[in-house]
Amino acid sequence: MKILIGLEIHVQLTALASKLFCSTDSNYRERNPNICVCPVCLGLPGSLPVVNRKAIEYAIAVAKALNCEISDKVIFVRKHYFYPDLPKNYQISQYDGPGFTPIARNGYIKIFVDGKSKNIRIRRINVEEDPGKIYYIGGIEEAQYSLIDYNRSGIALLEIVTEPDMSSPKEARIFLDKLIAILEYLGVVDTSLEGSFRVDANISIEGYGRVEVKNIGSIKDVEKALTYEIIRQKRIVEQGGVVSRETRHWDERKGVTVPLRAKEFEEDYRYFPDPDLPPIKISSDMINKVVSALPELPDQRIERIIKQYNLDEYRATILVLNKWLADFFEEGAKIYSNYKKLADMLITDFLRWVKEFSIDPKRLSVKPHTIVKLLELLDKGVLSIKMVKELMPKVVKGDLDIDEYIKLKGYTKIDDESYIENIVLEVFKENPKAVEDALKDPKAINFLIGAVMKKTEGKADPKKTRDIIVNMLRNIKDLNR
Amino acid sequence: MSYRYISMPVYRLVEEFSSDVNKVFEYIDAIYDRIERVENKVRAFITIIPREYIYNNVEALLKKVKSSGSAVPKLFGVMIGVKDNITTMGIRTTCGSKILENYIPPYDATVIVKLKNAGVFIHGKTNMDEFAMGSTTETSAFYPTRNPWDLNRSPGGSSGGSGAALAAGEASIALGSDTGGSIRNPAAYTMIYGLKPTYGLVSRFGLIAYASSMDQIGPMARNTTDLALLLSVISGNDSKDSTSLPIESIDYVKALDDYMYKEPRLRIGILKELFEGSDDCVKKTVYSSVDKLCSYHDCIEISMPYTKEAVAAYYIIAMAEASSNLARFDGIRYGLKTYIDGRNWVDVYTEVRTKGFGYEVKKRIALGAYVLSMGYRDMYYIRALRFRRMLREKLDDIFNNVDAVASPTMPILPPRLGEFFEDPLKIYLADISTVIANLSGYPAISIPAGFCNNLPTGLQLMSKPLSESILLYLSAQLEDRTKLRDIIAEV
Repeated sequence: MKILIGLEIHVQLTALASKLFCSTDSNYRERNPNICVCPVCLGLPGSLPVVNRKAIEYAIAVAKALNCEISDKVIFVRKHYFYPDLPKNYQISQYDGPGFTPIARNGYIKIFVDGKSKNIRIRRINVEEDPGKIYYIGGIEEAQYSLIDYNRSGIALLEIVTEPDMSSPKEARIFLDKLIAILEYLGVVDTSLEGSFRVDANISIEGYGRVEVKNIGSIKDVEKALTYEIIRQKRIVEQGGVVSRETRHWDERKGVTVPLRAKEFEEDYRYFPDPDLPPIKISSDMINKVVSALPELPDQRIERIIKQYNLDEYRATILVLNKWLADFFEEGAKIYSNYKKLADMLITDFLRWVKEFSIDPKRLSVKPHTIVKLLELLDKGVLSIKMVKELMPKVVKGDLDIDEYIKLKGYTKIDDESYIENIVLEVFKENPKAVEDALKDPKAINFLIGAVMKKTEGKADPKKTRDIIVNMLRNIKDLNR
Repeated sequence: MSYRYISMPVYRLVEEFSSDVNKVFEYIDAIYDRIERVENKVRAFITIIPREYIYNNVEALLKKVKSSGSAVPKLFGVMIGVKDNITTMGIRTTCGSKILENYIPPYDATVIVKLKNAGVFIHGKTNMDEFAMGSTTETSAFYPTRNPWDLNRSPGGSSGGSGAALAAGEASIALGSDTGGSIRNPAAYTMIYGLKPTYGLVSRFGLIAYASSMDQIGPMARNTTDLALLLSVISGNDSKDSTSLPIESIDYVKALDDYMYKEPRLRIGILKELFEGSDDCVKKTVYSSVDKLCSYHDCIEISMPYTKEAVAAYYIIAMAEASSNLARFDGIRYGLKTYIDGRNWVDVYTEVRTKGFGYEVKKRIALGAYVLSMGYRDMYYIRALRFRRMLREKLDDIFNNVDAVASPTMPILPPRLGEFFEDPLKIYLADISTVIANLSGYPAISIPAGFCNNLPTGLQLMSKPLSESILLYLSAQLEDRTKLRDIIAEV
């Protein structure tokens, strides 16, 4: 059974200082309800919308980054439906149909699944306004009133709609990771903000009814909801049933989808061009200006990182899809040249603990030079890999001053050559077989170095240790000749 | 003594007050005394600001001028009646509807800000057809306004309150709004001057929308100079209105003076079909006023084949937009409230809208939703838009040959009260001359043409976009010949 998944993603353009059609502060989170409002975003009688030009520029940037064709003009339409969170009882949006056009169409995002690349097509991108938010105190069933907060009303949204090109929840997740990365590189959205990134998913088994799952709040939940829904639909199909065309709601708490309403025919939103907003021409100058200001995008960066640091695609991709981590890596790479080792440290232990503590990367206090210092101590043999792993949580939290720690623990390195020579001699005596091996195969030298480290509890200067061992081995060779 | 203030042109009032500022108080008293005498018969206003409040405002403004040493604003002291669909901060703005009966806006429309800056005082909000839907002021949720020239007749509409207030001497100037003739129609029916500016010349910010693509605020006055004066104050680009034209306001009084000095000979097209379709008495009176212009200018007869279709297209577009614009009135955030305990929002919306809107408004919302709905859109709305484009092309052709187009403003005399409800279609069709200017966005003026059967008639002149000065020029010229200026009905 072939699975078809298409996504509809709503992204708030959180980088904008004001709302889409008025100059009201768009920074509405953690504010008292109904404070960030004005006659326009409250839809008061007589108020009129004026387009935030910056929002159009951002939309063009996103469209370009998603390889879309950009329309020659911006046409806003009114989408009518009565709902208390919608102050005008119509939403100013865009529409794809005769006489109308979304701001962009026909793009794609390239993703890698199981080592293969695949294009997920973007059907269209709309610019539209966010409605307000309804609160049900005590839950929708128990609440006596719907409380409405219009602070969110009029926030600029992009609606990004894909073709049903994804065939598994995993693909959907990989697609969304990539999309988020692109948006963050463009700097148009901070997806860590609550509600700034919302997903509706369309799932069907080929040949059967399509189900829409609404308002999924996180990528993790998209994967879960899709997995649940596919199992549910497969079961129905296997039992010879009919998957009805409907809209379902993802219940995050219970981990199930529940029916919201049957969708037997398309709702009539009575679209018509908003007479308050004359079409805005998108000139090639405007597009060129946006394009020339585009930052390096994930695909370009992956390619560059592979070349510049000689990393493989896997490592480069993980770094780049976490923009902050790639930035961290490149900062560290300026002062540490074992790039692979640095990358590995970052994408394994380091990233693991950042996620474990759910630290907002923007608030991360540990600096790249600290990680580099750890690696250098590891290289010198002052710290063992086991110790580094143990220290990492503290390092990530920023609770550890490494220099202080080393001093405190007496982990000062031993570089007295005669002392090391004595230890090396001891090791040689205790491990005649290893010495013989090392004489034949230079690679076997590492065992001897390790033994010295063990005896010195890792305090011997590894470079000096190596030099001394190499010298001694050479002397033995000369003697044997 | 102070009675003369009631009919005094604004440009004279300004001179009067600049010589002696205290005359403002005499003027205020004159207007309020007049209101007390006639308002219960005419009912031009929905809200009248208390006299003391205006007094206080005048005193406060004088004090401010004195202390800051700044100049007295240009139109200081002049009292204006403002149609009740124009948002006034702190003054209830009902739109003639029960649904907004107690709505007090928290902001001023752009035109109101401009008027206040010019020193004008808003002393009342004038009656209108509910949401400007009507042409007799009878669909007002509160009461109909009566025509000061014949109290058994309508003053027209939807800006009927503004027209009647001027004709009855209850205001010196007034603001109206015009979506399909709502300024020109009452201007013609009350013997005053009314201008519908080019779409986009006057900001719509703060005008409660009926049909956004055609709505325009415009000046109403008892003479052409006052009309020009008021237009100068309210026009000009507004960044809060995306449909506002990117041009600065000009001094229309100066432009008018220039034209009057040079007196260029223009070409005027006489729109045959619109004269032929008019009542005999109207036709005769308006023809005779046109003749006064044609004795100086070149007049040619022109034809405009689609006038009937224009009315249909107008109503389709207006109702479609209205159904959308009026969706926001649901009783949740402002306006008429009902109890909500234990009810869902669909019930609350339904009750508020059922009780809050009148019959005419409901009818237009329903028809508007219908013409936009799937399956009917193409047949009605899209066709109307196509017609609109065609009409504009036709008008462009016409205006390649002429500077202005003349027709009766209204083909009939002011309707008797109640006539609209008996035969609404007849009243709809009377919009035949006026809607063309709204569909095309072109400017048009209604000029008093003379009485017939003791009832007012109006001449409409329409011109090219941004040719308001030409319309004002022709109006002033005709005004000089007819002397139909600054007249007030006896009541």
